[in-house]
Amino acid sequence: MQEEVKLIVDGRRLDGRLPDELRPIKIEAGVLKNADGSCYLEMGKNKVMAAVYGPRKVQPKHLADPTQAIVRYRYNMAPFSVEERKRPGPDRRSVEISKVSREALESIIMKELFPRSSIDIFVEVLQADAGSRTACLNAASVALVDAGIPMKGIITSVAVAKVEGVLVLDPMKEEDNYGEADIPFAFFIRNGKIESIALLQMDGRVSKEELLQAVELAKKGAMEIYKLQREAIMKKYKVEEVEE
Amino acid sequence: MNDDILAEVRRDYVLSKIRDGERVDGRKFDEMRKIEIQTGIIEKAEGSALVKLGNTQVLVGVKMQPGEPFPDAPDKGIIITNAELVPLASPTFEPGPPDENAIELARVVDRGIRESEAVDLEKLCIEEGEKVWLIFIDIWALDDDGNLLDASALGAIAALLNTIVPAERFEIGDDFPLPVRDLPVAITSLIVENRILVDPIKDETSVAKNFLTITTDSEDNIVAIQKSGSYLLPEEKFYEAIELSIRKAREVRKLLAEV
Repeated sequence: MQEEVKLIVDGRRLDGRLPDELRPIKIEAGVLKNADGSCYLEMGKNKVMAAVYGPRKVQPKHLADPTQAIVRYRYNMAPFSVEERKRPGPDRRSVEISKVSREALESIIMKELFPRSSIDIFVEVLQADAGSRTACLNAASVALVDAGIPMKGIITSVAVAKVEGVLVLDPMKEEDNYGEADIPFAFFIRNGKIESIALLQMDGRVSKEELLQAVELAKKGAMEIYKLQREAIMKKYKVEEVEE
Repeated sequence: MNDDILAEVRRDYVLSKIRDGERVDGRKFDEMRKIEIQTGIIEKAEGSALVKLGNTQVLVGVKMQPGEPFPDAPDKGIIITNAELVPLASPTFEPGPPDENAIELARVVDRGIRESEAVDLEKLCIEEGEKVWLIFIDIWALDDDGNLLDASALGAIAALLNTIVPAERFEIGDDFPLPVRDLPVAITSLIVENRILVDPIKDETSVAKNFLTITTDSEDNIVAIQKSGSYLLPEEKFYEAIELSIRKAREVRKLLAEV
């Protein structure tokens, strides 16, 4: 019954994209007044808002670490963000996403500069259409820069899916639902170069060879997103792009 | 405070060993601990397994009952995986609802079973759209000496292999063995000091909680991956870990075949 859906016709995807194309992305930094840093991001039909508060005093106090800042990340979906209303509050999926996303960002935040402080990252998914965790990470990354949090570089995230035997970049909902595998990645990018993997998950079924191809595809996508993240930050701070 | 100092000394020792190319318990970097699997030890459960991975012990119980199917899969049984890191298993575990570690553990185990399609869920339909079998996999940690995840994943598939669907009790025909058609195996490594330590013990995880779990099926396909911990994974270490996990999973799968 699932086979009836044809996701790739003549090498094109349902929305006309080629396998290695991203959905349209829109990024805007510094969109919230209260937060120390913020970002609104759209990735296809995903619409997410990220806010960073901190470094600030840890609440509750006993969680404070005398040697470094603690980083907290909350991925949260609005009830109206999906087809069937989602009950508000954290479910098991959001808890897991929050954990691995936090870990990805923690690995590049210079926590040791802010002992006894917290850096709190809140990301609200206003509309979800597959890849919301990657959209959230991209937004959170920009919000962290906007908040002036010292980092070793930036985190850029994108997923690769296997659909009808073809590896596709940045899958949308239909591809996620009926695809054979979903592999969200996040990379640590420094000086415009991909250094290492900060987030990696996978479910589905792929061969070893396909997995290696997926990494290459994801890296290509990440570099494109990285440029847009950079532009959004430059625009907020009105920095003219200098020829490199 | 004394504990902290001792822990730090211990950590330095473990780290210096790793740098010297050795592990504190004498294992090779790519060597698993001794594995023992006992099944059918909880008679009241539909299936059960006790797995010992060195000193790490996990008990997995499977319970089944009829229930409503998901609307998008009206003819398929449902797997529900839960893990409890109960306080008896470690001085650092606290009572209460599953925390993010327990949730992550359960979800990674669940993904391996689900994505390898280890259980033939279509054979667990009782009445399409109305009634299907629910499979509850409950993972109970008993003793945490590191790598609860691999022990749990192994316990889960071993318990499923041992499960009898309790159809008679619910007056829906004869009991039958749960249709299991694949053997997913999770292999977790610790990535530290540019090395890959398979099946890390607790002492080793005190150095860094840089985990990478790769689950493969009987045909060496990769069915689940989870990078866990705040660290940066070099691409080439990822590729090495894939090779290693495939190789180690084959060894573990042989033990499962004997269950």
